[in-house]
Amino acid sequence: MATEFTYPDSAAKAAGAAQAAPAEFQTEKMSLSMGPSHPSTHGVLRLQMELDGEILTKADPVVGYLHRGDEKIAENMTYNQFVPYTDRLDYLAPLANNMAYAIAVERLAKLEVPERCQAIRVLTAEMARLSSHMMGLGAFALDVGAWSVLLYALEEREKLYKLFEELTGARFTTSYTRIGGVTRDVPEGWLGRVNAFCDQFLPILEEILNLLTRNKIFMDRTVGVGVISKADALTYGLTGPNLRGSGVALDLRKDKPYSGYQNYEFDVPVGTKGDCYDRYLVRGEEMRQSVRIIRQVIAKFPGGAWYATDAKRIFAPPKDKILSSMEELIQNFMIVTEGPQIPPGEVYFEAENPKGILGFYIVSKGGGVPYRLKIRSPSFCNLSIIPKISVGCLISDVVSILGSLDFVMGECDR
Amino acid sequence: MSVEVLTALKAKFPQVSDRPSADHPAVDVPRADLVEVLRYLRDEHAFDLLMDLTAIDWAQCASPRFTMVYHLLSTTRAGSYMRVAVACAGSEIEPTSPSVVHLWAGANWHERECFDMFGIKFEGHPDLRRILMWDGYPYHPLRKEFPLAGIETVLPVADIAEETGAKVIAAPMAGGPFVAISGEINLTEAEPRAKDESWSDRAARPDQTALRQVKE
Repeated sequence: MATEFTYPDSAAKAAGAAQAAPAEFQTEKMSLSMGPSHPSTHGVLRLQMELDGEILTKADPVVGYLHRGDEKIAENMTYNQFVPYTDRLDYLAPLANNMAYAIAVERLAKLEVPERCQAIRVLTAEMARLSSHMMGLGAFALDVGAWSVLLYALEEREKLYKLFEELTGARFTTSYTRIGGVTRDVPEGWLGRVNAFCDQFLPILEEILNLLTRNKIFMDRTVGVGVISKADALTYGLTGPNLRGSGVALDLRKDKPYSGYQNYEFDVPVGTKGDCYDRYLVRGEEMRQSVRIIRQVIAKFPGGAWYATDAKRIFAPPKDKILSSMEELIQNFMIVTEGPQIPPGEVYFEAENPKGILGFYIVSKGGGVPYRLKIRSPSFCNLSIIPKISVGCLISDVVSILGSLDFVMGECDR
Repeated sequence: MSVEVLTALKAKFPQVSDRPSADHPAVDVPRADLVEVLRYLRDEHAFDLLMDLTAIDWAQCASPRFTMVYHLLSTTRAGSYMRVAVACAGSEIEPTSPSVVHLWAGANWHERECFDMFGIKFEGHPDLRRILMWDGYPYHPLRKEFPLAGIETVLPVADIAEETGAKVIAAPMAGGPFVAISGEINLTEAEPRAKDESWSDRAARPDQTALRQVKE
């Protein structure tokens, strides 16, 4: 849309609404709790709202219902043992979390993984992005009243899960990476099946997006709703599609390439107004770009080793070697009992995950266990802007805003 | 590019010293200069995103016990990153640190989390409440002396606690998780074993039947 729109600041809108009402209509404010079990709060988020009629005058997100103490747990186990816990951060894109965590530890150990391993990781991370955005889009559309989009989206996600299962042995909690590699190489013919998936996925994606992009109801519910200005998005630390929806072209895959992202061509879509509709458009385009990356990875899929062969004290060798060679057996025993040996130091690595930038800050005193591990979760930061943008909105707009922020509580609460 | 920022920063604030880091540039900053250094980095060097802030607990009796770490990222100068660390003031029980909410609004939740997990009081924070644990929870779980299994506390909802007699009990951890110890290799020390913190030689095994008893 080329037309310039100006949207009033939501706080000013609320103040204006309160003043505009004649004295006889000004009533007592009502407090309303939305969640922690509410279909549109996507998990266990609770919104403590204060309402003037149907207009929000205050919203306070209450988080922590899913707090499991992952950071405490990480301080008490070896680096490899923590991989399954990363699955359960953003449980809609476990492969991307696995990769971010593994690269963080590898940076600390100054370990380079071979090209084939990097390509596998990029491929799985982009597939995870597709499945995460599919779910996010389906749930968003469902929240604003488009039931069929969710069904289409889940069908596509299911196809991706079949591929994940073939690769990792699990549909959902994949635990696929290890420090210094991945659990196993790609199966025979799997890349071809991923390619075939992409072929049939693109037309279906267009079909799904066509259901929403010029849909009158969808546009009424999202255009101009939940506007996040560029300055607000930055000061609140928003990342991922939510930041790009507000017009900031920050994508770490481009700006700070990791795992070989610099070898692939793709565009970074940005929004212009930062409303719910822009965030939806950004996610839609990101899926097309992900397919583009997947195709490039498959086209130039490198051969060679799929794990770091020179990391004897970090990566346990494949099972067939362990069972047939004494040296490898000892190596495996040491890694399992003591954990991968990581030098002392501190490192902060962040990856561009589907929900935003997932960061791991690791402080090591040497040995197989981190001294401190901090998870910078994108959903946590993305949710912190709700008190700012939802003031002055209708309750029904809050549903659109929550859907468009696409958060996941497993990651927010850690 | 990061080197330029470091030189400029050190020219402006001579008190700033390098901090060992495995990847990005990192600096140690005296507490009094923290807010000014962060403001300078944000305004003069375009570090417009505060990615994260967190604390490290260097164990009981360490001095300083808590170190605050700020991660800054620039959106305009692709890939610029800076880590700023500062020691906390105050006692071991009540450490303090200046708040940076006035620089980045997003610091609000991060500081609340830090207060919740470590008990660090942020001076000048507008609304310092717990965020992940419930209001009224008596401990700060990420401090090193807090056991992995947790500590028995009362249920946050008083009327349900009274009705059912239920409590928040320590996790029964017999058999797991298997853990090794951080630090240098020492096979006898680092052998995997069940870290059984809920009951051990020092703390007697709690009476499970009594804990699980719920009034019919």
